Amino acid sequence: MGMGKDIRHKIAARAAKEIKPGMIVNLGIGIPTLVADYTEDLPVMFHAENGILGTGPSPSEGKENPHLCNAGGFPVTTIPGGSYFDSATAFAIVRRGLLDLTIMGALEVSEKGDLANWIVPGKRVPGMGGALELAQKARKVMILMNHVSKDGRPKIVKECSLPLTAAHCVNQIITDMAVISVEKEGLVLDEVFEPYTVEKVKECTGAPFVRINTGLKEGERL
Amino acid sequence: MNHHVQQIDKQVTIGDVEHYFKDGMTLMAGGFGGVGNPPGLIKAILDLNIKDITLICNDAGFPHIGVGQLVTDEKISVLYASHIGSNPNAGSQMTDGTLTVNFFPQGTLAEKIRAGGVGLGGVLVDVGEGNPIVEKGKKKIEINNKVYFAEAALTADVSIVYAKKADSFGNLVFDTSARNTNPLVAMAGDITIAEVDEIVPYGELVPEEIITPGAFVDFIVQSKGVDWKWAWEKT
Repeated sequence: MGMGKDIRHKIAARAAKEIKPGMIVNLGIGIPTLVADYTEDLPVMFHAENGILGTGPSPSEGKENPHLCNAGGFPVTTIPGGSYFDSATAFAIVRRGLLDLTIMGALEVSEKGDLANWIVPGKRVPGMGGALELAQKARKVMILMNHVSKDGRPKIVKECSLPLTAAHCVNQIITDMAVISVEKEGLVLDEVFEPYTVEKVKECTGAPFVRINTGLKEGERL
Repeated sequence: MNHHVQQIDKQVTIGDVEHYFKDGMTLMAGGFGGVGNPPGLIKAILDLNIKDITLICNDAGFPHIGVGQLVTDEKISVLYASHIGSNPNAGSQMTDGTLTVNFFPQGTLAEKIRAGGVGLGGVLVDVGEGNPIVEKGKKKIEINNKVYFAEAALTADVSIVYAKKADSFGNLVFDTSARNTNPLVAMAGDITIAEVDEIVPYGELVPEEIITPGAFVDFIVQSKGVDWKWAWEKT
């Protein structure tokens, strides 16, 4: 993704602050997977689309059960109180709106909260997996991503140019530069990370901010 | 009343069931990212050189893992899946036009399979509203003042599943997250073959632990375990 390991962990650590005790949370692949490393003591149930509620840390080398994997196909453990079920039940949890928070990556997010994260026409057509259910049905959708694309273009835009995963679904965006809320009226800039400034964030964002959080301190530490 | 119940024994060898695998068949496979794909039955299909298969599975596995091997070996002509990102061979065959892929949202695909398995004609789903690729060609139905897509049920000529334990009637118990789509796929095959790690005598399974009742299972075969290295394993 062209992002340093440190930055990825910092974004994950900031995202973890949004997780409250008792939540049911789904983590997508990439940076979102790292979020679990920063919720150690919280009573949280992590949900996996293949059919687990209550996934725990990765097993140590040699202790893997090849059958016990997350939706990305990598070995996990389960915590006390965890459960296994079939994939239809896993998506029943999602469709019934029982997922408090879903954290995923994105290619583009619009100022209206439209999400594009599943297809680059003519280039990458991997299929949508469970992204549509998660984006459309989770109570809160949080996006973790680079603020700009590899070629420097804003990934937060007025209108997505890529095909949408789901419309009006994103609630919060955390990038290497800032924390942004998506509200009905538009984007709200909540936090700016070192070494960036409000001006720099504005410059790298393809849509205007309707409000800049009054409590915001420039250069706030990640 | 005669209390001596004759035991039904569905255990066979893979050789006994290989005649069910035919060119052009619709095959449904349990599993998710290769986990829970039945290794011995997939190997049999490869060895028999069965071609032109329509495969219904959560995903295309990995190139050398699970159903991914059927894709890599160009045995699949039509695929129903939710994603193929972990198997680049599926992507390149789709681009070449040698593989037709029908994508569905993961939960919708699971429900289409479940619907087929439980004898329904389909399900009504609102997931994918506003997504042009999901909406394309879908019939919409208004019920309870809400609009849904009508998603047709899926069944298969043959379903292949993988279980941790079975008794000789074909009652199935799964291993942790290798359960995934297996109980759904087990119900949706005209013929369902379960590959099982441990086959136990009648009455050895606790009725409460059984996930798939043997009524859905036609044959059980002994597994020899996976014959591939997992993507996370160090080579």
